[in-house]
Amino acid sequence: MTDAITVSGLRKTFGRTVALDGLDLTVREGEVHGFLGPNGSGKTTTLRILLGLLRADGGSATVLGRDPWAESTSLHRSLAYVPGDVVLWPTLSGGETIDLLGRLRGGLDEARRRRLVERFELDETKKGKAYSKGNRQKVALIAALASDAPVLLLDEPTAGLDPLMEQTFQAELHALRERGRTVLLSSHILSEVERACERVSIVRSGRVVDSGSLAELRHLTRTSVQAELRDLPTTAEVEAWPGAHDVVVDGTSLRLTADPEQLGGIVSALASRGVLALTSQPPTLEELFLARYRDVPEPEPEEQPV
Amino acid sequence: MTTRLSGLGQLLRLAWRRDRIIVPASILGLVLLSVGSAQATLALYPDEQSAVEGLAGIVSNPAVLAMYGPINAANADALAVFKTVMMGSVLVAILALVVVRRHTRTEEEEGRLELVGAGAVGRWAPLAAGVLVALVAVVVPAVLSSAGLAALGMDPVGSVAFGVSWLTAGLAQIGVTAVAVQLAATTRGAGGLAFGFLGVSYILRAWADASDSDVVASLGWLSPLGWAGRVEPYGKDRLWVVLLGLAVLVVGIGAALAILERRDLGAGVLPGRVGRSRARAILSSPLGLVTRLATGTLVGWVVGLVVGGMVIGSLLGAVGTLVDDPTMRDFLTQLGGSAGTVEAIFLSTETKFIAALVAAAGIALVLRLGASERSGIGESVLATPTPRREWYGAHVLVGVVATTLFVTVAGLTVGIVGPMSSAGAPGLGSTLGAFLSTLPAIWLLVGTAALLVGWRPRFAPFAWAVLLVGFVIGELGPTLQLPDWVVDLSPFAHLSQLPGGDFAALAGGVMTAVAVGFVAAGGVAYRQRDAA
Repeated sequence: MTDAITVSGLRKTFGRTVALDGLDLTVREGEVHGFLGPNGSGKTTTLRILLGLLRADGGSATVLGRDPWAESTSLHRSLAYVPGDVVLWPTLSGGETIDLLGRLRGGLDEARRRRLVERFELDETKKGKAYSKGNRQKVALIAALASDAPVLLLDEPTAGLDPLMEQTFQAELHALRERGRTVLLSSHILSEVERACERVSIVRSGRVVDSGSLAELRHLTRTSVQAELRDLPTTAEVEAWPGAHDVVVDGTSLRLTADPEQLGGIVSALASRGVLALTSQPPTLEELFLARYRDVPEPEPEEQPV
Repeated sequence: MTTRLSGLGQLLRLAWRRDRIIVPASILGLVLLSVGSAQATLALYPDEQSAVEGLAGIVSNPAVLAMYGPINAANADALAVFKTVMMGSVLVAILALVVVRRHTRTEEEEGRLELVGAGAVGRWAPLAAGVLVALVAVVVPAVLSSAGLAALGMDPVGSVAFGVSWLTAGLAQIGVTAVAVQLAATTRGAGGLAFGFLGVSYILRAWADASDSDVVASLGWLSPLGWAGRVEPYGKDRLWVVLLGLAVLVVGIGAALAILERRDLGAGVLPGRVGRSRARAILSSPLGLVTRLATGTLVGWVVGLVVGGMVIGSLLGAVGTLVDDPTMRDFLTQLGGSAGTVEAIFLSTETKFIAALVAAAGIALVLRLGASERSGIGESVLATPTPRREWYGAHVLVGVVATTLFVTVAGLTVGIVGPMSSAGAPGLGSTLGAFLSTLPAIWLLVGTAALLVGWRPRFAPFAWAVLLVGFVIGELGPTLQLPDWVVDLSPFAHLSQLPGGDFAALAGGVMTAVAVGFVAAGGVAYRQRDAA
């Protein structure tokens, strides 16, 4: 499998603010890649560099083997983009905007356009200024999804969508994956990424702190275990077991988190004490995320770029 | 009541904070207009005799009356404020309109009011804040002008009456705008209603004031701007007319509050217009997009220039009598710098004013590139296979073509209407030529805007400063006796003295070449920089 997007050591500063501080990112062709991070962590800046709207101060980025700054025009024939903060022309209707963006991109699929407008329940005749945030988002999404671009860059595309429309978006994302398109999905909504993405990169203060498939990332994070035991040990006893952390003994039940490689030993230790009930849960993405943010010390707070 | 207005103090402070430059600067400008021009006119007509002669030319000319309103008193004081009564009333009304609108409908449309309204802010408070700031913007220039005119030694009652005319127009416009911002759901829509009212009010009084018929003349009482003229400062001094303005203010605010009680936040009473579901063919390229977005502006300017051109053309008939005075003629020559007939001097002056206006339109069109970048909308276009030079070029091209169109329209209108109203007026060919000869200076200013927006959009508003300073030193530099090299910095100093003089081909060529260079440099810079 080849890589659709490769980024290494990317740096970008706005005045004294460091937006990207040596960011590395690899997106394989045909995958839906989650780009996770809180507000201000550098997701949008990365996407804008990949679009050639911003010029990187250092490092390199290629999209489909091309330099986004030098070859932005030809590259854009293969890209569709949904900006994080969708602004529409106040005097153009939603339908006109979809057509315009489609034509500028070199045409759009009429049948798909019609289907998307129906599925997202968009009133195309409203003027840009009359749309709510969610509806503005739909206009940009339809314009991007109706194109035949092999690579889609989506910057927090579901912000403002209601839960039903989020479902529709998830279904469309699934269809994109079926068609073998590459999607870089920036988001801070973990459940969305967990459902849609094969691989994720977690970004923090302009650097990717972890990247891989969800299974790989989970492997590095402790599993939470909860057990009801006939013969309850003391907290100190359990803490002595290798790989056991965050131990809480409470009435008849025991809770702890286990290092994945030590999980076998812990389970047999539990079994020897008479298990009445046992639940073991792999870490949720949220826990993965929080773990990445707990481990690395928070750098000095920095000003947001204007 | 208190709950409806709660938070008013906070909002007032916020509104004043936002307006602390624009309102005081406008007030200063208005007071300078009334007092300064009165002083200059008094110097021109030192005694009653010369004033009566000066008035004779005005009273008999319908075109002048249509522009500035009635004048029935034969004294120097009345002549000194003749033009500023109506000009100032219109400007005060526009200031009132802009202030009320920007603190009410604009805030609401852009969602900031929602942010504020979620706090402890009463429903009436934003409107009240806008109206109170507008009252300051209307009352203060009226009072200061009255005081300033009285200080020049003009009749005290008449000076108060002058303030009353401005006040009447301003108060009425506050009332009208308060209703307009409730009716329309958008800033543009509200502006359309309020400016429309002002325009109709102006045309109605122009018709009434220029007419010989008493019946038509009495129709002027239906127009707030007509009231401003009918105060007749230094003549009948009808101070009570202010009550009419006050009545419109009270009724308008009452109606606005009644609508406010019934409507939702963000909504209006008039329905929003629906657009097409599919785009026409024009929306297929960056140039098509920029053109389509500018269409409304283009049509508005063309209509405005046709109306303005007709006024200038018809004034040509009056100029011969108006500018008999050698002092005035000297002043006009310095301003316009043209040689030849009085009509040619007048036309040459007007041509430069029109050129400055058209340059402003061109700058505004080019600066839309920066605005689209600021709002984030340009990102959507630049993420498509649109090369940056094409996006930049589309804005510059629309600016250049639109200004050329505007100047042509103005030249044709004046060139056709002028000879119809005065035998001494320059013909169509030389009038059009005079207008077209200003294009290199206009292009240079458009090119300056392009260079700034391409290089650093942050500095793009400096294009306005270049226009303003260039116009002032170009037009008034000789009058103010500035050194030649300062005057020569202005594009307006290098315009051909047409009609009547020669076409300054070299200056025109150089300015055009510099404009092309600026545009090219701006394009190169735009390709090099971050565009988001």
